[in-house]
Amino acid sequence: MSFVEYGDTIKDGDTAIVFLGHESMFPVKVQHGTVTQTKYGVIRHSTDLIGKKYGSKVTCSKGGWVFILHPTPELWTMNLPHRTQILYSTDISIITMMLELKPGSIVCESGTGSGSLSHAVIRTVAPTGHLYTVEFHQQRAEKAREEFREHGVEHLVTVTNQDVCKNGFGVSNIADAVFLDIPSPWEAIGHAKSALKAEGGRICSFSPCIEQVQRTCLAMEECGFTEINTLEILLRVYNVRTISLQIPDLGKATEDNSSTGFDSSNPSNQGSLSTNLQKGSAQFKSGVPLREMVGHTGYLTFATKS
Amino acid sequence: RKIIFEKQWFYLDNAIGHIYGTTFEVTSGGSLQPKQEVEEATTETKEAGTDNRNIVDDGKSQKLTHDDIKALKDKGIKGQEIVQQLIENSTTFRDKTEFAQDKYIKKKKKKYEAVITIVKPSTRILSTMYYAREPGKINHLRYDTLAQMLTLGNIRAGNKMIVMETCAGLVLGAVMERMGGYGTIIQMYPGGGPVRAATSCFGFPKHFLDNLHEFPLSKVESLLSGTFSTEVLPSEPEGNTLVEEESNGLSNEKQVTEEEPATEASMEVNQTEEQETMDTSTEDVEFKENKEKEMKENVREKQRKQWERRKKLIETAALLREKNSDGLIVASKFHPTPLLLSLLEFVAPSRPFVVYCQYKEPLLECYTRLRERGGVVNLKLSETWLRNYQVLPDRSHPKLTMSGGGGYLLSGITVVLDKSRSDSSHSEALKMEEPSSKRCKVQDLHC
Repeated sequence: MSFVEYGDTIKDGDTAIVFLGHESMFPVKVQHGTVTQTKYGVIRHSTDLIGKKYGSKVTCSKGGWVFILHPTPELWTMNLPHRTQILYSTDISIITMMLELKPGSIVCESGTGSGSLSHAVIRTVAPTGHLYTVEFHQQRAEKAREEFREHGVEHLVTVTNQDVCKNGFGVSNIADAVFLDIPSPWEAIGHAKSALKAEGGRICSFSPCIEQVQRTCLAMEECGFTEINTLEILLRVYNVRTISLQIPDLGKATEDNSSTGFDSSNPSNQGSLSTNLQKGSAQFKSGVPLREMVGHTGYLTFATKS
Repeated sequence: RKIIFEKQWFYLDNAIGHIYGTTFEVTSGGSLQPKQEVEEATTETKEAGTDNRNIVDDGKSQKLTHDDIKALKDKGIKGQEIVQQLIENSTTFRDKTEFAQDKYIKKKKKKYEAVITIVKPSTRILSTMYYAREPGKINHLRYDTLAQMLTLGNIRAGNKMIVMETCAGLVLGAVMERMGGYGTIIQMYPGGGPVRAATSCFGFPKHFLDNLHEFPLSKVESLLSGTFSTEVLPSEPEGNTLVEEESNGLSNEKQVTEEEPATEASMEVNQTEEQETMDTSTEDVEFKENKEKEMKENVREKQRKQWERRKKLIETAALLREKNSDGLIVASKFHPTPLLLSLLEFVAPSRPFVVYCQYKEPLLECYTRLRERGGVVNLKLSETWLRNYQVLPDRSHPKLTMSGGGGYLLSGITVVLDKSRSDSSHSEALKMEEPSSKRCKVQDLHC
């Protein structure tokens, strides 16, 4: 397995995703002799994991079962250990497309944070591209390096421990794209410009506050960036449910049985309602939105170096 | 070649040789000239008002008439100058607020300054363009929804992807861009042949097509049931689609078809030369013989092409039969359920799949059928909400209009399909759909 290539069977040293059920999963480092506890019981790596096909069902000691999934940057994003607030796949998707990332792209990123976007970028630029990521926090930089090593992608990424606003990305005139997710991105625009290739490079800045966005847009304009555009993207998830609504009892008209309301014995009632009216309720399938949704992550500002 | 675009017309000849991203001015006569970097006159404190309480919109504030402006344009006066003239001849301009003045200048510039920039195509540009101009051709797939599909599907170099789309080839192009020419793509198509009109707009290098295959939907059932044969090929449609397909350089095929008229012509030339050196009777016989030879060549050519197609079809069928694809992308005008239920058979376990539909309801049904089938986890029905902003000092706000809907996505991950599903697991699947939240919690475990 690798975060940049699919493998069929689980091997010693792999990072695999244990899937227990809806929105319930966690990553696991596969190792001979190790044992993993789940609410369904124990998973013994040597017998239950190693050599099995990814996507297999594994029965745990207490009888319940789980699925073992091949890691992807998206699954990693949902399950990685947070050292900072992270970017989720919704934002990552639009960033990837708007920065025109593809195999071979050279990308600069700051801050590395917990490596959520980093893994997605590495996946997209592989096998011939490279990610230069800058993180000013020493321990986070070190942890990121460690994770990239464990995930078999260290040849595609360089982690630098410095302050991007003071010292830039460590490269010049080669990047196809630059991404900024830092408190004061306007201070790094100049460095971003020098890291980018001469013509056609793309830049993106992610900021939660509109004041940051305003400052950043101004800095971009002053530095000669064009096509400056700010947007936000939100995800709406729907639960698929069969809903049953009661038919209210509106009583009957006087005397005879024919009434103008919904009457189960009236054959002229068209549609699915008629089949359910005997029960006094109507059933239908619906995509029900969740009670709460993410209302804001950050504003994304894109521009082109021309 | 004359290009007509948004009331401008021009010739692209002068653009050749310049780097992408160059901005040109359209001069009189339609030729393009690289635009000089003009220093924007820094805002000297211009005269401006504070609000619009006294500004009356009676349509009479601009003193230049339609004819006056036309005369200026005909004189060849630059757009910038025209805008300047408009400002000077507007009685209300100096009463406007600075913001209103800026807005006015921007609007006039857009109308009178003929400036175009030529850019390199990419998924970003093509998908936003198609959504803005021809959404009907792409089933109203908004560009951010496409972005989600590419990421959720883990589209990357080296994958073996199955793509089924009726979006003019835009989705295929986007997938190809993210795969960078590495890996394999099998495009499933309805009817006679795949549509790749948008795909050719990406400008991919020829080698990207080496691993692009296609397979007719009409043969899927037979492939799944083991009765696949190449006896009856889908009938080739005449015209554009196939021409585009072939002109994408499937190596020699293209050259041969183009040479056909050429060889015919050269043969005719040879004939006339030969005729001159012969007497009439043998001329006629030879002419007839040559004509027969031509016809035989044509038939042989057709047969060769048929054989090539058959061979490719068998190869692609073999690729599908391995049932080890790394993912499935569906974005079409068809009802998604039958597509998913059959095409998922070709996908390996623990691989993502994404289905796009312009409408939510078919995906509700798809979700239910997938639950019944089993072999999938992490099913999610979603849509994205996109909003653009205007960011200017003291004037930042979301833009006035936003897209009302960009379609829906159903995504999930395949797992090993348990063929020996007992009744208990089936009723489990049905139970999961009941609205009772408590029951859901218990059943949630094995989604």
